[in-house]
Amino acid sequence: MLEAMPHRAAIWNFLFGRLTFHSFPFLNADTEGRILLVTFFVVVIVGLAIFAAITKYRKWGYLWREWFTSVDHKKLGIMYMILGTVMLLRGFSDAIMMRAQQAYAFGPHMGYLPPEHYNQIFSAHGAIMIFFVGMAYIVGLMNYIMPLQIGSRDVAFPYLNNLSFWFTCGGALMFMTSLFLGDFSMAGWLGYPPVSELQQGPGVDYYIWGLQLSGVGTLLTGINFVVTILKMRAPGMTLMKMPVFTWTTLATSGLIIATFPVLTATLFLLGLDRYVGTHFFTNGFGGNLMMYINLIWVWGHPEVYILILPLFGVFSEIVPTFSGKPLFAYSSMVYATIAIMILSYLVWLHHFFTMGSGADVNSFFSLTTMMISIPTGVKIFNWLFTMYRGRVRYTVPMLWTMGFLFTFTIGGMTGVMLSVAPADFLLHNSLFLIAHFHNVIIGGVVFGVFAAVNFWFPKAFGFKLDEFWGKATFWFWLIGFWVAFGPLYILGLMGVTRRLSHFEDPSLQPYFIVAAFGAFLIALGILSFIIQIYVSIVRRKQYAVGGDPWDGRTLEWSTTSPPPDYNYAFIPMVRHRDAWATMKKLGFTRPRDGFNDIHMPKNTAMGIVVGALSFACAFGLVWYIWWLAAASLLGVVIASIVHSFNYHQHHHIPADEVRRFESGGPQAAAQGASA
Amino acid sequence: MSQPSSPGHHAMPPASHDAMHEHQGSLRGYLTGFLLAAILTVIPFWLVMGHAIANQQVLILVILALAIVQIFVHIVYFLHLDTRSESGWNMMAFIFTAVLVIIVLGASIWVMYNENVNMMPMAPQYQQHPISHQPTGKQASR
Repeated sequence: MLEAMPHRAAIWNFLFGRLTFHSFPFLNADTEGRILLVTFFVVVIVGLAIFAAITKYRKWGYLWREWFTSVDHKKLGIMYMILGTVMLLRGFSDAIMMRAQQAYAFGPHMGYLPPEHYNQIFSAHGAIMIFFVGMAYIVGLMNYIMPLQIGSRDVAFPYLNNLSFWFTCGGALMFMTSLFLGDFSMAGWLGYPPVSELQQGPGVDYYIWGLQLSGVGTLLTGINFVVTILKMRAPGMTLMKMPVFTWTTLATSGLIIATFPVLTATLFLLGLDRYVGTHFFTNGFGGNLMMYINLIWVWGHPEVYILILPLFGVFSEIVPTFSGKPLFAYSSMVYATIAIMILSYLVWLHHFFTMGSGADVNSFFSLTTMMISIPTGVKIFNWLFTMYRGRVRYTVPMLWTMGFLFTFTIGGMTGVMLSVAPADFLLHNSLFLIAHFHNVIIGGVVFGVFAAVNFWFPKAFGFKLDEFWGKATFWFWLIGFWVAFGPLYILGLMGVTRRLSHFEDPSLQPYFIVAAFGAFLIALGILSFIIQIYVSIVRRKQYAVGGDPWDGRTLEWSTTSPPPDYNYAFIPMVRHRDAWATMKKLGFTRPRDGFNDIHMPKNTAMGIVVGALSFACAFGLVWYIWWLAAASLLGVVIASIVHSFNYHQHHHIPADEVRRFESGGPQAAAQGASA
Repeated sequence: MSQPSSPGHHAMPPASHDAMHEHQGSLRGYLTGFLLAAILTVIPFWLVMGHAIANQQVLILVILALAIVQIFVHIVYFLHLDTRSESGWNMMAFIFTAVLVIIVLGASIWVMYNENVNMMPMAPQYQQHPISHQPTGKQASR
């Protein structure tokens, strides 16, 4: 019909680019369409319910003032954790769809997912789990805890922190939009060419622009955290007196600054290939697609250490706290962190041993890969020796730590197996590799995040999480993980490759059915976690705690739970490692008077405005709606300039208000009693 | 165990204010930098225009070496990088960046060179002219 009226078609093209009514895949009458239609309705109903609830209880103003425009590192940290959890549900839905398909699609049964849909699911699963679950969680943790640990009142650039969050959120929204509008990349989580250059339609462009948005957000966060740690530590806190979590935050932020520009540049070149017809990564016209694989892993390998290092820091806080003694060999922990940080930059080729670099190149990267397991081993032994002859309390965070030590060590060992280049020629691209990296990412990052959430939740909200459901979450995850990925190790050794939506050999099916059952157990684990949060909120009076519920050792436990906006009425003076443990031993009491006005940054709406405009720009680029892309990019520039002329970015919390909070109220009283 | 806070939540200690003003550079420093940079630019210009070095590869290496020296001239005289600014963190950040850039560039060249040698056994005429718009067999297959 549109062809019959060329004039109207031209207007449509100008206004909506390549967006047409056919871009809504849930209107298609195939299986994919029906699955998406159901998902769409669920999302719409849940979305409307949340919208109605917020409107009914008149919470929009509260959300806007207290959360969306907040520059408080604590609130941003919590928002990152919520974003991570929402995206975990999305990424896990993809996972369980893949497990169901592979358990079923044997011989004559083709399963319920056509290959092109299956390809989108594994691509989305990987990219979401790394960028919007893993990264959101670690940035959330670092945001919440690090400034408290160094005795600071906020990060160095509070507005930038808010902006980073909205960039990340915009990237996540791009990925979610692709579910109902157009399609998603089928090129795997790293978008290898030539597949990512040949795929028609908006799928790969969603991938590129979603990652560009969140990549910028992450880079800004990295800069923010490095400056905060180097410039804003409490007086007396020398580098070697910093808590290990702060050390790992510093190392991770350094890696972010060093590597995320590589990701941005690589995706930019891929974008140029797709948009303007350059040939950086084609095999003809002087391009080389292997260069993409080289560059993306220059970012990609440090990225996995960006993910795991903060969790190493988390375990280094949890183990001493629940063993009742200082961390074993603090300095070696710090040097191991730095060694991992440097070495992580020297191993990327082990992701493509089979690409044909030859024996000498492969041997070099094989050796560096084996070397990086040494500092990691040092850390494992340090945690074990910290526990040795300590009074270990088996709380939920400690359970996760134990599960991590067991699971991660095995994941590390299969990693060393993969680092042997000749062995990698057999294991490359197999399910063994899939089992290995889930082993380290679930066993390390996810277990660490759950440990951290259980450990610091009382600090953030003033009440503990429910023990029973916490333990249920742990056991479902631990057992579920091994049931889901044990069979994949075996299948991989037998030579089954990854990313297949259908199998011919029926003898493999039992393994996949067991793996699907494991995924079901993990689903129960996620459900238990949600129940744990719900039950704890219901019983929050019963579970209420003071500032220091675990007998903690670092500064964040010296303030109230939750901490006041300004964190510390007086910036603490640090003389020892484990500053709070020493302060308690010396009989520290909270000062009750002598408060001053406290100078704090003011909330700003500019972060969410710039984030929304960047999302609009990315959306316009995906759908070739050029006027939208140009207008919103201009909007970003104008908004940034306007913001730089805003001279009222700070306010003072009057001393009276500080005194009221510090000396009155049940929380302060509980704090006084426990201190 | 605690001391009264200064009002600025991100107030820097006075020492770093001094450090910031200490290394702003002098006219003499800028002139020295400018002179050195000019000389280091003129030499490669002369090398190319005057055909001073016959061997192409040696010429490229010499120009690259002069460029690297010039990078250091800029960093020292214009960006005022020394071991004292920001209590050494600027130097630390610079070394870190330099090491990473060397690793990424060096190893990428090494890796891609080896891959080309191993995986692209092509006739010499194609290796000489990789960007050819003639429909060679390789491009015809695309």
